[in-house]
Amino acid sequence: MTDLPAQKADLKSILSTPARVDNSEGMSYLQSVPRRIVTLYIPLSIIVIILLFPFYWMGLTAIKPDDQLLDLDRYNPFWTWNPTFKHIHKLLFESYYPHWLWNTMYVAIGATVLSIIASVLAAYAIVRLRYKGANVVGGLIFLAYLVPPSILFIPLATVVFQYGLFDSPLALILTYPTILIPFSTWLLMGYFKTIPFELEECALIDGASRWQILIKIVLPLAIPGLISAFIFCFTLCWNEFIYALTFLQSTPNKTVPVAIVNEFVDGDIYRWGSLMAGALCGSLPLVILYAFFVEHYVSAMTGAVKE
Amino acid sequence: MADIALAPRRAKTEIREATAWDKLRHNKNWLGFWFMVPAMAFLIFFLAYPLGLGIWLSFTDARIGRVGHYIGTENYEWLWDDSIFWLSVFNTLLYTSIASAIKFAVGLYLALLLNERMPFKALLRAAVLIPFIVPTVLSALAFWWIFDSQFSIISWSLKHLGLITQNINFLGDSTWARICVIFANIWRGVPFVAITLLAGLQTVQPSLYEAATLDGASRWQMFRFITYPLLTPIIAVVMTFSVLFTFTDFQLIWAMTRGGPVNATHLMATLSYQRAIIAGQLGEGAAISSAMIPFLLAAIMVSWFGLQRRKWQQGESND
Repeated sequence: MTDLPAQKADLKSILSTPARVDNSEGMSYLQSVPRRIVTLYIPLSIIVIILLFPFYWMGLTAIKPDDQLLDLDRYNPFWTWNPTFKHIHKLLFESYYPHWLWNTMYVAIGATVLSIIASVLAAYAIVRLRYKGANVVGGLIFLAYLVPPSILFIPLATVVFQYGLFDSPLALILTYPTILIPFSTWLLMGYFKTIPFELEECALIDGASRWQILIKIVLPLAIPGLISAFIFCFTLCWNEFIYALTFLQSTPNKTVPVAIVNEFVDGDIYRWGSLMAGALCGSLPLVILYAFFVEHYVSAMTGAVKE
Repeated sequence: MADIALAPRRAKTEIREATAWDKLRHNKNWLGFWFMVPAMAFLIFFLAYPLGLGIWLSFTDARIGRVGHYIGTENYEWLWDDSIFWLSVFNTLLYTSIASAIKFAVGLYLALLLNERMPFKALLRAAVLIPFIVPTVLSALAFWWIFDSQFSIISWSLKHLGLITQNINFLGDSTWARICVIFANIWRGVPFVAITLLAGLQTVQPSLYEAATLDGASRWQMFRFITYPLLTPIIAVVMTFSVLFTFTDFQLIWAMTRGGPVNATHLMATLSYQRAIIAGQLGEGAAISSAMIPFLLAAIMVSWFGLQRRKWQQGESND
């Protein structure tokens, strides 16, 4: 804070514009530019480069010709001048990849829709109906969030087998909600709490039933929360691995993450191109979805934590 | 709760008595019950029941395709003498403690950096979160390729910088393999910690920092006596989640090393998968995953109560 005097000239302008609401600039004028470069921009860019490098590498490998992939001496590995779509073509037309993508999508949407319906009802009941023991049930649901899938997959495998769901996408659609419901219930409880109580009281006086209130008043007002819950659940489903690995067996039925790990790793020295193409194509749908709904993602993540 | 207040009075004045059907439809406890049915059905059938079943299985000799019989604590006695099991416990504790500590440090640092005013802030914040969005297995495959024994880009770069002469055998050497999986875990977890802590940082009043500057506080003092105390509640929650998910991690290890080399990266979750599903010993696998429960409870207790206490020490102003 030694470089204060340099900014003295600003004093007059500050005095002449009283009650400036936007204080986003804050005290950053206290820092000089070189200091900001050292303390802010350099560390930040190092971290961001490390965080994004694997994706660059993934994308680059997916479009590099095979001979360049393995010959690190003649070609600079960090760039390629003759990209090829061979790997992606092989992926889309000579493997089950489209099947796997479809399976993943189907399972993710099915499980997400089921969980959102169940969570909307549960969250509304806990927050607004306040039946006897609602707080206890809310706490139990939070505890359910802390039960990790890696403890549950062994007994769940026997349960899935008993119900005759083994090797069927339905097994995943029915088991994923155990991960999603606790999360989205807590998220939606937070949203429902922010909806003014008076709206519901008015509707009750007008003779609306609880069901009508939920459908016609609460849900339209909670749409941002619903979108957050939906895309976050969708991402969690897409990302889930251990249940899909345990419950699915036949190759065409698998989801993208499991299939890539199990089917593409065949010891072929030229496998890297198609492996990375598979990883890239499996990540792109989520990244595109994310690009459109960044704010919803962030509010979903932070919302569930803040509760 | 207008309906609650009115319900008994209406019942008296109306001619028709409230039938059992009416009660089922309008009583708030019954209504609440109906609303809870779908969520509870899922959680009871696919979460609570398997949780109990898992503990029961750990006391049986069940295998795949064969119903188990009760054998007491034999599975646990067997594990007690199993050096691979203890190695996996050690690995899990090492993995969790190192990865969580670094995730916390780097995540907090990144959150503080992102909280500064700078150009392209929204874009940077969005870019930082991408590792969290992309499925773990797929980014683990990218790391598998980055850490390849022959064609690793890291080995290539270090060789061209003249720092090493031979390729590093990243995933083939026990120590390197541990470092690599821990690094990949940190890489994947930092965005979550950073973005959630950033949300917490944005609720801190700028006027507090202005007051501290007037009092002559250094930047470290501002962090230590303003930012950190105000952030402790959210740190407690974030770190509880982070520790929990790191401890039970499965997919990253499975995609990168499958527990190898010589079990150096076997976590309890991967070991239980290997024993239960691949080797078919459901009972033994269930015993390993049940053995995680006490550790998880301890982790939750420590991070929850340890940090929770500070939350009410500083009054009700935050949260």
